[in-house]
Order: sequence, then structure tokens, then C-alpha cells
Amino acid sequence: MERTLSYAEAIREAFDQEMERDAAVIVFGLDVDDPKAIQGTTRGLVQKYGPERVFGTPLSEDAMTGAAIGMAFAGLRPIHHHIRMDFMMLAMNQLINIAAKAHYMYGGQLHVPVVVRAMIGKSWGQGAQHSQGLYPLFMNVPGFKVVMPTTPYDAKGCLIQAIRDENPVIYIDHRLLHFQKGPVPENLYGVAPGKARVTVEGKDITLVGVSYMHVECMRAQRYLAEKGIHAEVIDPIWLSPLDTDTIVDSVRHTGRLIVVDNGWTMCNSGAEIVATVAEKLGHTFAVRRLGFAPVTCPPTPTLENLFYPNARTIAAAAYDLVKGSPQNWMPDERAELQEIEFKGPF
Amino acid sequence: MHSRFYRSLYRIRRAEEEIARIYPSDKIKSPVHLAIGQESVAVGVCEALCPEDVVFGSYRSHAYYLAKGGDLNAMMAELYGKQTGCAKGKGGSMHIVDVAHGVMGASAVVGTPLPNAVGYAYALKVQRRPGLVVCFFGDGATEEGVYHESLNFAALKAVPIIFICENNGYAIHTHVAQRQKAFDQLAERARSYGLPAERFEDDDVFKIYERVHAAAEALRAGQPGPFYFECQTYRWKEHVGPNEDYQLGYRTRDEAEPWMTNDQVQRVGALLEPAERRRIEAEVEAEIQAAIDFAESSPFPPAAELYTNVFKEA
Repeated sequence: MERTLSYAEAIREAFDQEMERDAAVIVFGLDVDDPKAIQGTTRGLVQKYGPERVFGTPLSEDAMTGAAIGMAFAGLRPIHHHIRMDFMMLAMNQLINIAAKAHYMYGGQLHVPVVVRAMIGKSWGQGAQHSQGLYPLFMNVPGFKVVMPTTPYDAKGCLIQAIRDENPVIYIDHRLLHFQKGPVPENLYGVAPGKARVTVEGKDITLVGVSYMHVECMRAQRYLAEKGIHAEVIDPIWLSPLDTDTIVDSVRHTGRLIVVDNGWTMCNSGAEIVATVAEKLGHTFAVRRLGFAPVTCPPTPTLENLFYPNARTIAAAAYDLVKGSPQNWMPDERAELQEIEFKGPF
Repeated sequence: MHSRFYRSLYRIRRAEEEIARIYPSDKIKSPVHLAIGQESVAVGVCEALCPEDVVFGSYRSHAYYLAKGGDLNAMMAELYGKQTGCAKGKGGSMHIVDVAHGVMGASAVVGTPLPNAVGYAYALKVQRRPGLVVCFFGDGATEEGVYHESLNFAALKAVPIIFICENNGYAIHTHVAQRQKAFDQLAERARSYGLPAERFEDDDVFKIYERVHAAAEALRAGQPGPFYFECQTYRWKEHVGPNEDYQLGYRTRDEAEPWMTNDQVQRVGALLEPAERRRIEAEVEAEIQAAIDFAESSPFPPAAELYTNVFKEA
């Protein structure tokens, strides 16, 4: 019988199983050993594996990132946690100047098997510095792998894959995805880079959704079906290396592409995907990039709702693209499509 | 012991003098930050270490690389950008590395190696492995936030590390007194993190060796780390490049004079029998010339090397 876990439970299980399998795996960061255990994703680890392998850190993101790199040089496989991705900005020197470059600039003598796990926040007033999706910063730099799983299955499989990778992997989970439930095998398995997943097949338009925006694309696909439009939905899973072939194949038969980023559109994965598809496809296609409004995230709900793309705005953009001109159509809110949405408060 | 120390001191001095001599020819394809004048810190520290110990440091890297046993041929070839270089020509002078001899790379960004060294030491502790870590850094690094974060974490976890502050008084062209109010209290500040720290007023190679050796022995005996030593020293050449820079006016030759008079290379050399000294010098000269020949005759990396080592394959 298929077993169901939440996304958060899937992450916890991956940590637990990998720590049990390999004594070199070590977990640290703010709050990993506190009573809340990062929404339960690290619950029980310190009791099982002890405070040398599982520890809360001083508020020193820069040094703890550097320490993770040093531990990796010595043969450990560290996983450094950030309860908000925004806090990674305190660690960019170590990440970009050492983690991404060590293997290359030392001619292969050293390598950095480090996982940096970071969470993106959204809703209930997270505001300017708790909600950013800063993954394109890492996609831009050679030497990183970047993964943003959207399902419980991928949350576990990608984390196992990341821990076993010999290179720095930026593993980004979205706070709202933690409540997703889905099938998760009990055994250990990896979800490798290089293969995007077509989650719904369709013939009229390709919707690529990054992280939580994949959930919104799934809802948008349902809205579009009301109008007789069959959207194909793709989850890229790994953003670096990025599987554009799957997206190119899709656009080849749909002729239309919308990429919805979980961040601002400027220089984001949407720009990269659209450009790469254009290069590989060799002919024109209808295209839109969607993402955060190009402003700082406001906490007040009326403005925050306008800041993010959502299923209805994605569906409306897709409808316009299919029709070839603005249609002024916006689907009515369907409550049953909100069932996976977390209701807060935080 | 004197012979061993002299060989190491003389080897570093002469290797860097040769680098300075060759540099204007443009054969060396990498900016060089010479440690001429500062050799005694690297030698005093590294003579106290064992092969399994590791060192981390910054771009003024040649001295500790060679003192720890890093391969001279591979270093010289790296400066020339050759395939036989320690990083296959992909690192340059600021990123020399020799993992087999415990040289864990070098960073061009001040302060950056500190937490890497601390993390390595934490791993040694978790893995119950023998050995210890040394991190070299300059006075400038003590102004970086990560320095304070690293000292705090190292003390908190009592990791087997020895911090070596090479205080040459200058960050590029700016004296430490223009950068820190309490510039003469680096050791005091380190102690406030809960670790023993000692300041040396000169660059006496034997004193550095003796004190670092005692700290290393304590760590080997299982005593908790870290240890911290602040070594006063002086850079004779410009910040980057092969020349002197007293004409710039940010410092005077008079300031450098006492350090040159008290040159540790000459001091230790004078302790040897003249014949022994000549023998060591001849051997080192031959070794350096061979390294230069090796670098000059080695090929540049092939085009395919551009794309290797971006990721390590499983």
C-alpha cells in the first residue's frame, strides 16, 4: 500500500535515514535542535544522533557556512540550515568565493559536499526579509547545484540526492509546501538532476512552475480546463543543472510557454528557460514570464495578494496567450482548489 | 634543528626572490604577494607541526605553503599557469594548494579561510582523528566579522586549532592604527572569547616555534583548543608585486630597518658552521633552479581543461 507523508515529514525522514546510513552526515543551523525543530523537519535527530552531529549554532551564518566547507574538506557531509533564505545573504562570501569555486580553483584537489538548506516564506505577513526567492543568485554561479522540490516525494528524493552529491547543493523548500501530502516510499531513493517532470500533459500551452508556483500552475491548469484549454504543467525540480530539453519538447507541440517564478522575473529562471527554449527550438513561440511584482514584498494582505502570481492570474495570462490577445477573463475563485493552502496564523 | 630551520627559511626567501626577479619578464601569469621578511612566522609555526596536521591561509601564501612541505615544483608551475601546477593553472599564486602535504588552499578574500579552518578542526574532533589545524591570517582579517564568529565558535566547541595572526601592521597601504582604536590589543580581544592568546613583540623564529610547539603538543595530548598567537612581523616588499614601495610614503624605510637588521634568515644562517650553511644554500639553489626549469618547460593546460573540475563526479 502506498504510504502518504507530508512534505515536512518527508524531509525529516531523509535526514534521519541518511544520518543513519552515513556517520559523516552532520546537521546544524539555527534551531535544528530546538523544540520546534524547524517545523518538525529535524525532530528527534539530536536525541538519536547526539549533539556533535546535530547542533544549533551561534547566530553566525558566515562562519557556519565556512565551517561547513571546512568540515567537507575533512570528509564530513554537512547540511547547514537557514530557517529563511534571506539569512543566506550573510553567508554569500563563503558560498560564492569558496564553496562554488574550491574544486575548480584548487585544480580538483578539494571538493565541497555541502548541502545548504534554506526555506522561503510566504503569506501571513512575512514581509520584506522573510519571503525572498533568491535562487537565481546561485543559478548564476558555476559550481552550485540548485534544487527546489515541490512534492513530498521529491522533497525526500532530492534531499538524499543532495546529501550524496560531491558538490555544494542549495536545497530550497518553500514554507507553504510543508503541508502538502503525497506518496513517499519508505526506502532510500534519489531524484537526480537533469530531468524535469511533466506533471500534467496538455496540448495547448506549457506552464512551468518553480517551487510553490508549481502548485499554483496545477490549480491554473484546472481553471483553464473550464475554458476547454489543456495546459501541460512541468515541474523543473532541479534548476541547476536545468533540464530544458523536457520544456523544449513540450513547447514544440504546444507552441506557447509561461514560466512562473517564485521570485522576481528579472534574470530569473523564467528568463533562462525562455532564452534556452528559443535557442534550441529555432522558431518563435508565444511566451510570458510571471513572478513577483518588481517591488519589495509588503506584509499587508491587500498588497501582498497583488505581489504574488496565483492560479487565477496565471490562468488569465495563459488564456490571453492561447487566444492571442487580452480577453479580460479571470476565473472565479474555486474553494476546493485551495485545499492544500495553509491558513495560518504563523 | 638550526639546519632544518635555516633550510626552510632560506628556501622561502630565495624562492620568492627568484619569483621577484622573474616577475618583470611576464612569464609569471599571476599577481604575487610576497612574504619576504615574514618567513620566520611560517617556519616557526610549521616546524612545530606533523605531516597529518593541516594549514589554511590567505593570498600571501608561498611562505606557509613551502614551510608546511608543499611541493616547490608544483607551486612554481602554478605561478607560470602551467598544467603541472598544483591547481593545473586554475588557481594561481593566491590559490595554491597541496592537500597531500596538508596545505588546504589559500583565499584571496581576507578572513575567508578562518571558518574553513575551524570547520576542519571540528571535523577532526567529531571523527576522533589525530592532528590539528593551523590558520594563518593577517591583522586585516581581525576586522572582518567572520573572524569574530570563527573565534567564538572555535572556543565554544574547543576545537584543535591554532590561530596565527601575522601582524605586519598594514592592510595594503593602511596602518592598523588607522583601522582599529585598540590595535595593540588583538590578543586581549581573542582572550575575551575564552581562549588562551599570546602576543610576540618580534619575529624570533625560535620563540614562535617553542610556543607553537607547546600548544601543538597540548592539543595532541588531548587538551582542548583553540590556541592563539599574534606574531609581529614586517613585509619588506609592496603589497602585491616584486618591488619595494617605500617611495609611496605610507611607510618609511626607517620603520623597516630594524626588521631587516634583525632578519631571521641571516640570524639563523649565522648559527651554522659556514660549510654546512654553504651546503644547504647550494642544495636549495639547485632545487629552486630545477623548479623554475620545471615550470618553464611544462606545457600550458589544453583547452579541454577549461571545463574540467567545475563539479566533482561521484
